[in-house]
Amino acid sequence: MNRLEEVQIGAGAVGRSVPRRDADEKLRGKAQFAGDIVVPRMLHGKVLRSPHPHARITSIDTSDAEQMPGVVCVLTASDLADLDPYWGHAIRDRPVVAIDRVRFAGEPVAAVAAEAEATAAAALERIVVNYEELDVVGTIEHALAPDAPIVNEGPLRPGLFHGLGELAPAEGNVCYRYRIDRGEIEAVFAHAEFTVEGEYTFPAVYQYSMETHTVVAQVEEGEITLWASCQHPFLVRAEIAALFQVAISNVRVVVPYLGGGFGSKSYTKMEPIAVALARKAGRPVRIQNRVTESMVTTRRHGMRCRMRTALNREGRLLGREVECWFDTGAYADNGPRVTATAGDAAPGPYRWTAYRVDAACVYTNTAPAGSYRAFGATHLQWIGELQVDELARRAGLDPLEVRRMNLCTPGEELRAGGKPLDADLIGDVERVAEAVGWGTDKPAGTGRGLSVGLLAAGAHPVSSAIVRMEADGNAVVLVGTTEVGQGARTVFAQIAAEELRLPAERVTVRGTDTRFTPYDRSTGASRSTTVAGLAVKRAAEQVRQQLVEIAGSADVESDSYPELFVRHFGLAGGELIGRGEVAPEGSGSYAEGPVFWEVCVGAAEVAIDEDTGRVRVVKTATVADVGRAINPQLVERQDEGGTLQGLGNALYEEMVYEDGLLMNETLLDYRVPTFEDLPDEMHCIIVENGDGPGPYGAKGCGEGSLAAVTAAIATAVADAGVPVTELPLTPERVWRRIRDLKEEGTWPK
Amino acid sequence: MRLELQVNAGAVVREIEPQELLLDFLRDRLGLTGAKRSCDMQACGVCTVLVDGRPVSSCCFLAADAEGREVLTVEGLAERPEFERLEDAFTRHAALQCGFCTPGMLLTVAALLETGELTSVEDVKRGLAGNLCRCTGYRGILEAVCELAGVAA
Repeated sequence: MNRLEEVQIGAGAVGRSVPRRDADEKLRGKAQFAGDIVVPRMLHGKVLRSPHPHARITSIDTSDAEQMPGVVCVLTASDLADLDPYWGHAIRDRPVVAIDRVRFAGEPVAAVAAEAEATAAAALERIVVNYEELDVVGTIEHALAPDAPIVNEGPLRPGLFHGLGELAPAEGNVCYRYRIDRGEIEAVFAHAEFTVEGEYTFPAVYQYSMETHTVVAQVEEGEITLWASCQHPFLVRAEIAALFQVAISNVRVVVPYLGGGFGSKSYTKMEPIAVALARKAGRPVRIQNRVTESMVTTRRHGMRCRMRTALNREGRLLGREVECWFDTGAYADNGPRVTATAGDAAPGPYRWTAYRVDAACVYTNTAPAGSYRAFGATHLQWIGELQVDELARRAGLDPLEVRRMNLCTPGEELRAGGKPLDADLIGDVERVAEAVGWGTDKPAGTGRGLSVGLLAAGAHPVSSAIVRMEADGNAVVLVGTTEVGQGARTVFAQIAAEELRLPAERVTVRGTDTRFTPYDRSTGASRSTTVAGLAVKRAAEQVRQQLVEIAGSADVESDSYPELFVRHFGLAGGELIGRGEVAPEGSGSYAEGPVFWEVCVGAAEVAIDEDTGRVRVVKTATVADVGRAINPQLVERQDEGGTLQGLGNALYEEMVYEDGLLMNETLLDYRVPTFEDLPDEMHCIIVENGDGPGPYGAKGCGEGSLAAVTAAIATAVADAGVPVTELPLTPERVWRRIRDLKEEGTWPK
Repeated sequence: MRLELQVNAGAVVREIEPQELLLDFLRDRLGLTGAKRSCDMQACGVCTVLVDGRPVSSCCFLAADAEGREVLTVEGLAERPEFERLEDAFTRHAALQCGFCTPGMLLTVAALLETGELTSVEDVKRGLAGNLCRCTGYRGILEAVCELAGVAA
């Protein structure tokens, strides 16, 4: 997997911006999403959620609700006595419905299945639950206090896919710790000419995939079928099989089009409760979250961080020390992986004499936190890059020059035993700097910022694909990657078409149905083109090889494929099947990875209105350092999507919690970027150095821009004279900072 | 109660609940699932349909209030001659990703193009500010709509 494939580009489909294969269906409103699926005899499920962040359940009375006309059943923990009713891919800590105790406001306590959604909703009001409220661990600080209540007692049980080696026992509310210690950090700081140190806060953020979590579950004759809005159907399948004690092959997960994911639909989410409810009802059930419910189903981790960085007089970065704490909420979800990925992102891709990272994943009484696009890197890149800029300023050096002097170069080791750097970061940062006019004059109240980082990407490299060619010479690709909007079906069609020497429109990529599509580990971590794409390429190569053998010629073209079928099978029928597989060369463990380092390089120019505190993003630039762009237009669109999410993370987005209660639980109170937030200039620079492990030298993209733009906006605001220690940079926060600076006499800069 | 209206150029008569939302009426009673549900409070635009040619959020619009009026959903828009231009521009500019916001976006665009009020890129941004898209970063949609409106992006 880690070898660079020989780049052989024909006159085919790869490298061209062919139109999205799903455009027509989506534009005509014909594309099916999970909420559009109606199964015969289907019921509607609604979930009763705890109003308290932390409480003991003293009684539940469902009898009134059960007697309502149209209600089929009510599910509570007592219905799961035959199971080990806990799930969680990293740590098996989360009950299907609350058992005796609730640990976050929004935790499922019961669920109703009814003939109509409105009936189910009305029945929730008739369930009587008595709670005895307990002390709430609402913040990281409280969770770490010596006398803090323990959110999850008992030993940590590893889930099926934690993938991070041995799980150490919990230390109080800390469920996972990731540490790196290289070189003599204290000695470095003792002798450095310039040091900078600070404490920083990153908020909890809502991914807001516009389609909420939606599942239709059916349990019949020992078979469980799910039509689900999930990014990782094969991992969901395995978790559901383990939870409900059936064979993996007796769980079928069908994934229609996904209405966005961004990590919010990674791993398992609403599937366990939907299956439990369908099992009790004896009929299929659909559960479709409302936005308010999806907000407490998963989110991005809020984080506190203490960081210090050292530089010498010559402008060499010497050392960095990072302590950070990730608020994973009441259950771990993907918290351990987020914490490890953040730990890897924390030093930044510089040539350090020494660095030390201590990252902790902390339970609190808030909704569970998991994956969101560019996790870890987005949390820490802005902080590290602010410190690099501050040191450059103190040393009287240009921030771009400091990066040129200190960035690692291709082939250099980034993590002991892990993959060395596989990108030209200096070239990348020079490109974005030029795109925003680095070094040219700028108006008053304007700031420009750069940011450079890396994201451990690719997840676990296990994917397989099947290509079937029919007697008319057209091909079908079966691959488990979900179409979440990224354009996977288009890109896979291009890859297969390239190998088969067919026009892309003669290749069809089917949607995911675990009964028929072969195994793909997950759709996330920017892995699909790189890992699943390589499996598709290998499967198509096998078909091509068979065609060449039948023809007895390596030059055979597609117009003669039908007659090759007749020659080989003796009729205008038969089928040629190719199988492609990607498996790790080593153990595939996190320590040996990543599959590739995703580049997070960006620049921004901002204008600050000192009277209102409003930050306007005037220009952004990102690098899509993709090795090889299979579809350049889709690459650009990925970066642009990440850019606007980065803008939201930097300027607006924050889930406001008070004492464990989410205060802004609607899209009116939780602000995401709109059309009017579009920067005047948005540059996406595609870099193709053929240095990726995927097909044709490709590597993934689409996440790096989020981390890069969040950080570049922060460094640009700092460049304009406003110190930054907390995101988002809301008008109020910026205005208060400027007011303080005016009082100190340090504004304008 | 009884509801009579035009949906996508066809007459429709149905028994409905008085509190029924237009979005549920279209999706559940008529099977027109092009209109989507997301925010439930008129903030996101994915449920947008046209009522007498004007965009409304069908998640906050009573079906009963559509009595005697003409409702256009994306399924109906796709049958109209002007759809071809929209489809072509959105496809060439890759102005969609997951596609969940796309039907509502197209209906808003169709209504704005019909009134001729898109005379600058600022008009386009303002006119579409009520339709969120979380995937595209808006750039592709902006390019497509500016081209359709004949203004510089």
